[in-house]
Amino acid sequence: MSLDTWVSEHGTSSRTTCRVAQLDLARSDDRVYSLENDLALPSVPFGKEFPDRYRQIGIAEANLLGVASGLAQSGRIPYVNTFAVFASMRACEQMRVDLSYPKANVKVVGYYTGLSGGFAGPTHHCTEDIAVTTALPGFTVLSPADAYEAYLATQAAASVEGPVYLRASRGDTPMVYSSEYPFEIGKAVTLCEGSDVTIIATGCLVVPRAVEVASRLASRGISCRVLNMHTLKPLDVPAIVAAARETGLIVTYEDHNLLGGLGSAVAAVVLENEPVPVLRFGVPDVFCTRSDEYEEILDLYGLGVHDVYEAVMRRLR
Amino acid sequence: MVNDLAERARTLRKHVVHLAADSPGAHVGGSMSVVEILTTLYFDGVLRVDPADPARPGRDRLIFSKGHSSAAYYAALAEAGFFPVSELDTYKKTGSRLAGHPHTGVPGVELATGSLGHGLPVGVGLAMAAQAQGLPSRVFVIVGDGECQEGSVWEAAMAAAHYQLDNLVVIVDRNGIQEDGPTEEIMALEPFADKWRAFGWATVEVDGHDVGELSNVLHEVPLTWSRPTAIIAKTVKGKGLSFSENTNAWHYGHLSADLKQQALQELGGAS
Repeated sequence: MSLDTWVSEHGTSSRTTCRVAQLDLARSDDRVYSLENDLALPSVPFGKEFPDRYRQIGIAEANLLGVASGLAQSGRIPYVNTFAVFASMRACEQMRVDLSYPKANVKVVGYYTGLSGGFAGPTHHCTEDIAVTTALPGFTVLSPADAYEAYLATQAAASVEGPVYLRASRGDTPMVYSSEYPFEIGKAVTLCEGSDVTIIATGCLVVPRAVEVASRLASRGISCRVLNMHTLKPLDVPAIVAAARETGLIVTYEDHNLLGGLGSAVAAVVLENEPVPVLRFGVPDVFCTRSDEYEEILDLYGLGVHDVYEAVMRRLR
Repeated sequence: MVNDLAERARTLRKHVVHLAADSPGAHVGGSMSVVEILTTLYFDGVLRVDPADPARPGRDRLIFSKGHSSAAYYAALAEAGFFPVSELDTYKKTGSRLAGHPHTGVPGVELATGSLGHGLPVGVGLAMAAQAQGLPSRVFVIVGDGECQEGSVWEAAMAAAHYQLDNLVVIVDRNGIQEDGPTEEIMALEPFADKWRAFGWATVEVDGHDVGELSNVLHEVPLTWSRPTAIIAKTVKGKGLSFSENTNAWHYGHLSADLKQQALQELGGAS
């Protein structure tokens, strides 16, 4: 079914749709709680509809994660809404001791992930969260590609027994999907079929760019597969190995530090299973100090459509 | 009853001595200071827990946030029947589940602790869930005084009062000495009780080695409806042993055979 109506109702910002998903879940499951970190969204009336299951914790991230753990250890399913940078680093040890170790059934939604904070500046960017969260035993790590997939991923998180971290973008991002599809944790989505090269991408804004790269390559007669790797842990190893075997060249594409992100994980899988060249596109181990729009910042750090297109052309020429 | 409890406390202290002597070492100071607190909770009918069914829904929760004092905690759990007393002999030995800091692989342990400042936030979540579900479950969190230098303790203190969690009780083992020295020299906590009061907690100071006084307060909580309770238990670090009282030298240590013998004699036991 077409998503036009859905988009006109909910918009194209994951910040909204992740919370809409929580509200929808809460309507059918009275174990679902929503916790806020003084960063709530009044347009999603979770607190009005379920005042007993909505908890404002204020500006206190260590306590936020601890409270969520306590709720989970009482059989509740708390969703924690905060910024990616605060969840993954300010309260990192709470993620480890209070969520990861006891396998607490907490769903952490980290907004402003990657460079999506844009002009908010380096304190609000988060290019380390994949490295941090995938290293925590027992965590499932999700990274949806648009606001619709963010909704599906938020809902799917409730079906996992254990801690989940979901990377969510800040504002409106282009839609990747135009019709409904079944989201499955751990199963990459093939957005474009191809046989010459595979781009494995993750995250809002990046995945739509990967599709654009493929379309440009197609115009030059190059058949490019695009995998939306919406689950970073557990990684879809069979899809990566098949891509390496069938296309012979892998490109990874993310707005995370090149160290410890999707590229590192994919390179390890390729090396161990089906060694072929891997080109990695990510943030080159620097802070972004320039105030600008998300799109411009990605271009500035070599993550533009043209950069990836050119690199693939050079390699295949 | 008080005599029974005093005898229980003596038994726990003897276990701590054995654990500190028969292992690479134990946090003797903080274990000895928390003994009467644990004794009253487990053996005076305060905690509604079932050693035969440690995960029973609706139980009271005890979060032992000062996890480094595991020697006393394990001794209390074993004596309460969560696991055999004989298992205490495996403390910190290869293959044992009784690691230096407690974790949930040990029956009766509700939270892996030892990293300070985690217990109270999790306690707030547990109390919040019980409150929202209308369950009778109470949450007791034992924290060290040095631990209260962690900011997360005060984040949680603020939230507990905000949400009027009168089913939450914090017991501070106020022995006045942390690893590097007296708390007031390292990072002053006083006026300590006033801090808890200012954060909205019903706060009381007790002699943390007087089981009668502890019992009276613990059976009386909540002290004020719609407020969390803070019990500042004034204790002596290393309580019960002449060489370990009131010094940070025995914050952590291994007891030699001679010291073990001396300690057991001072405690009035032959075993």
